[in-house]
Amino acid sequence: MGSGRCAACRYLRRKCTDDCILSPYFPSNNPQRFVSVHRIYGASNVSKLLQRLPTHLRAEAADSLYYEAQCRLEDRVYGCVGLIFLLQQQIHAAESQLIKTQAEIAVMKSQVQHP
Amino acid sequence: MRGQEPRSTSSCAACKLLKRRCTPNCIFAPHFRSDEPKKFAKVHKVFGASNVSKILVEVPQEQREDAVNSLAYEAEARLRDPVYGCIGAIALLQRKMIQLQHDLALARACLARYAATPSIGDRVIMEPFGDFPDVCGGSIDSSSLNLSYELSQEAHMYDFSQIPYV
Repeated sequence: MGSGRCAACRYLRRKCTDDCILSPYFPSNNPQRFVSVHRIYGASNVSKLLQRLPTHLRAEAADSLYYEAQCRLEDRVYGCVGLIFLLQQQIHAAESQLIKTQAEIAVMKSQVQHP
Repeated sequence: MRGQEPRSTSSCAACKLLKRRCTPNCIFAPHFRSDEPKKFAKVHKVFGASNVSKILVEVPQEQREDAVNSLAYEAEARLRDPVYGCIGAIALLQRKMIQLQHDLALARACLARYAATPSIGDRVIMEPFGDFPDVCGGSIDSSSLNLSYELSQEAHMYDFSQIPYV
């Protein structure tokens, strides 16, 4: 029983059943993955969320939960939202640069056409 | 008159939902006002009140409002997209950024070609548009220059290998 438990059931100190919903996504060889997710969302919330999803989407959901949990553990205040803000700022800056460059090209074009 | 326990008339949204007495030092009260019940409901559904409380306790008081707002944002994203949550928005923004960098590189290459054109010579007056690195390469295709970027959050089917975080 002990060696066959998934990381979740091992951490929660409970029996890992054959139909354990967390088992496929929190293997015993990566205990930190479950610890991170459990600290932010809680095993119960993760189980409920996965149960509501079709089976073929659960792996992606577990991955995204893990990434978000990691973000939140590294940045308690902003979590992954900090990265969203940063990307939005970078996109805004790049768009401004692109507009400027477009304007410079337009100037160059007009000077070539009307020297 | 039946005896009843005195009820707080100023319970925060969290304590109302959790059906408990809202104490003066309730950690949720400053950030989950009673007139915003949905905000806490969403955060509680995704993270759980206990986990939110633990996160807030670890954050300096002056940053708790930001923490709550970011948790609310994440919860909203997760409820809207249970599979990808905020990661979906991040993947979309990263793709936008990659496209934008590509377009910018093309534009700079185009500009460099104009600047190098002998017919323009030394009489070209360059308006001071600001500094930019010397990035050249690729052929010029004006159709690839797209200035309108909609930062939509309605995106699905992401490739997690592109997520740089962690």
